[in-house]
Amino acid sequence: MTSITGLPGLRRVVPQKYVPVLVTACLFVAMFVAGGVRYDNFATGQIILNVFIDNAFLLVVAVGMTFVILTGGIDLSVGSVVALATMVSASLLKDGWPAYAVIALVLVIGATLGLGMGAIIHYFEIQPFIVTLAGMFLARGLCYTISTDSIPIENETFTAIAQTRINLGGDLSLSPSAVISIVVVLIAAYMLHYTRLGRNVYATGGSEQSALLMGLPVARTKIAVYTISGFCSALGGLLFAFYSLSGYGLSAVGMELDAIAAVVIGGTLLTGGSGYLAGTVLGVLVLGLIQTIISFEGTLSSWWTKIFIGVLLFAFILLQRVFSAGSRRGAH
Amino acid sequence: MTEHILRMTGITKTFPGVTALRDVNLAVRRGEIHAICGENGAGKSTLMKVLSGVYPHGQYEGEITFEGRRCEFGGIRDSERAGIVIIHQELALCPQLSIAENIYLGNERARRGIIDWNRTNYEAGELLKRVGLRENPTTTVADIGVGKQQLVEIAKALSKEVKLLILDEPTAALNDEDSAHLLDLLRGLRDDGITCVIISHKLNEVTAIADSVTILRDGRTIETLDMARDEVTEDRLISGMVGRALDNRFPPRTPSIGEEAFRIEDWTVYSPSQPGRKVVDGASLMLRRGEIVGLAGLMGAGRTELAMSVFGRTYGVHISGRIFKDGRPIEIRTVQDAIRHGIAYATEDRKRYGLNLIDDIKRNISAAGLKGLAKRGWVNEYEEYRVAERFRASMNIKAPGVDSVVGKLSGGNQQKVVLSKWILTEPDVLILDEPTRGIDVGAKYEIYTIINRLAEQGKAVLVISSELPELLGLCDRVYTLSEGRITGEVPREEATQERLMYLMTKGQE
Repeated sequence: MTSITGLPGLRRVVPQKYVPVLVTACLFVAMFVAGGVRYDNFATGQIILNVFIDNAFLLVVAVGMTFVILTGGIDLSVGSVVALATMVSASLLKDGWPAYAVIALVLVIGATLGLGMGAIIHYFEIQPFIVTLAGMFLARGLCYTISTDSIPIENETFTAIAQTRINLGGDLSLSPSAVISIVVVLIAAYMLHYTRLGRNVYATGGSEQSALLMGLPVARTKIAVYTISGFCSALGGLLFAFYSLSGYGLSAVGMELDAIAAVVIGGTLLTGGSGYLAGTVLGVLVLGLIQTIISFEGTLSSWWTKIFIGVLLFAFILLQRVFSAGSRRGAH
Repeated sequence: MTEHILRMTGITKTFPGVTALRDVNLAVRRGEIHAICGENGAGKSTLMKVLSGVYPHGQYEGEITFEGRRCEFGGIRDSERAGIVIIHQELALCPQLSIAENIYLGNERARRGIIDWNRTNYEAGELLKRVGLRENPTTTVADIGVGKQQLVEIAKALSKEVKLLILDEPTAALNDEDSAHLLDLLRGLRDDGITCVIISHKLNEVTAIADSVTILRDGRTIETLDMARDEVTEDRLISGMVGRALDNRFPPRTPSIGEEAFRIEDWTVYSPSQPGRKVVDGASLMLRRGEIVGLAGLMGAGRTELAMSVFGRTYGVHISGRIFKDGRPIEIRTVQDAIRHGIAYATEDRKRYGLNLIDDIKRNISAAGLKGLAKRGWVNEYEEYRVAERFRASMNIKAPGVDSVVGKLSGGNQQKVVLSKWILTEPDVLILDEPTRGIDVGAKYEIYTIINRLAEQGKAVLVISSELPELLGLCDRVYTLSEGRITGEVPREEATQERLMYLMTKGQE
């Protein structure tokens, strides 16, 4: 509540487009401080790093989702693609495939699925919601053609990656998955900000009709973002496989909604054209920190996570409404 | 004294910054067809919106007396209850619903909340017979043509027991046959005692059907003519519509005109929504280097459609014709092709089609010419910033910085951003569609100066405008477009508003 009433003052100091990201950042800091006051051993750097470690796969998936949502689209298939990626890796590794071949193949599968959905969305002019919903069922169903049970992963490379901790000095350490997710974020942020593809993503989401009349490659851009999202989902699936060391058709159920929630809490407009990857990172961190706080609390059931996420989402959607109403007034 | 069904007196309506109507009077006699004529922007549609309650009582000054009673309509429902129905140019039908459902939408034939479909379809059928539409009432509206949809609108009006029917440009989107049928129908309705007010650009229709005509100009009533008493010809109407003095609103310029730069020949475009309707019909025009050429036409004449179909086929289907650049034939299939051949098009609706309103100035300026600012896909942000700053200075874009969000700028500054964007692509030919629409007078002068400067640099400029004085003040030559055909080419010396208006309203014979 304080964040909303404090807005007019904030708006004067920083450009309006950064406000949603800043609000999320403040929220994150406030939660961290509150946790530190309430629980012993909470206010350490490792707590934040653990959030990265435990949510590396979600972060990567949310990066892909950010691209899609920035163009004004949505990708519901990501959770299923994550599950499919874990299943494909687990079953192929069990058949004795080399780890790197598996990784490459899984990434290609994810990107191809995304490419296909993007092409259908663009060329047949079907709403992304429907196409990716179909993709969601398709990928989930494919998991069960591989196996209906969980398949353990015993491959040496995978277990080595799962168990490695990279020491950062002090008592701080990160998992390789977390490092990969952070690298993905950096590359993606660079792409969005410094490449023509990134510009086209924002322009398409801001006004597709204008983008067409400016001669921007809208078709290529839309297909590209779904391909990127598919690739990120597959990569997220690999990180999930490192994390859980198994493949299972029921894993990552509902992760698409977590990813969308993270992007929206990060301040990206669902209608497209406005938002930052930094916001998405903060969104994932906020979601992760809620889980951490609830596990520190001990007595609360994990379903409280969902309740808090629900409340936060309401708050952010209202916030966006306030902003878009404000900018529309400004345009006249 | 003849009985007047409607009197509007002293109507004044202002929008922020503009006075759309100034002390307008309108008196309509019972049982007549009353036409309202005027240029684009003369205030015709605004007046009808005041009458029908779109602008509710309190948002305008003046008095409306209908059927002898003073009316203060709070909304369209009030005016409809009184018996006034307006049919807008853009038809207000739900395409997915059936004809009968549309006719009774919001006015359902129901008993205790349950819709009586037999009665609905039967009564709709009776209404369709009355307007001469041979269609099953259960047919979906999307499946019938625009002409028939117009008739459905009229049937809908009849279902509301209309006393005064207002039609805004009813024949603009219709072919000759449908237009003739519609006009016959209006005559029939008049004989049944329904009064009609018709807004039309087609003066031949006005002289053929109207009993009296009110002419508006610049938001004022000029005169009301009685067709039976006064000798009203199309020329008489035109001089009433345009009679206004040219003042000094244009920067001076000495044209230096060079070789031919751009030419289209026999350009024909069909409507994408109405198969078989030609929107542009065999148009040919030519631009020279350093020349500013105008394209005049009334609403619906096909000006924007012509421009957009040339600009990478962004409008229309079955486009045929030839395009020449510097005398050599070229092929333009996409917007990218057009930009590559040095052609730029600044749209008339900059908010929807010309800008990304939620992004900042520099990214809007660089959007179309980003290729020149990037190397192997990577954007040189420093260069982008520098270029944007240069345009901000040279175009005099009034904003705190190039990081300002475009949606917050005034119309004039937004237009300067649009022009900057296209100039960055280094075009040889610029097509500017309504470059000063929604821009205040001071900024208009600046835009004219920019256009003059572009011509001085040897670029060919085609200006599409609804404002005749603007074309006369700016252009070296003016083409007129009427119903998709080029009806004239007038050099600056011979161009007068009357001559252009005559050519613009010349129908297809």
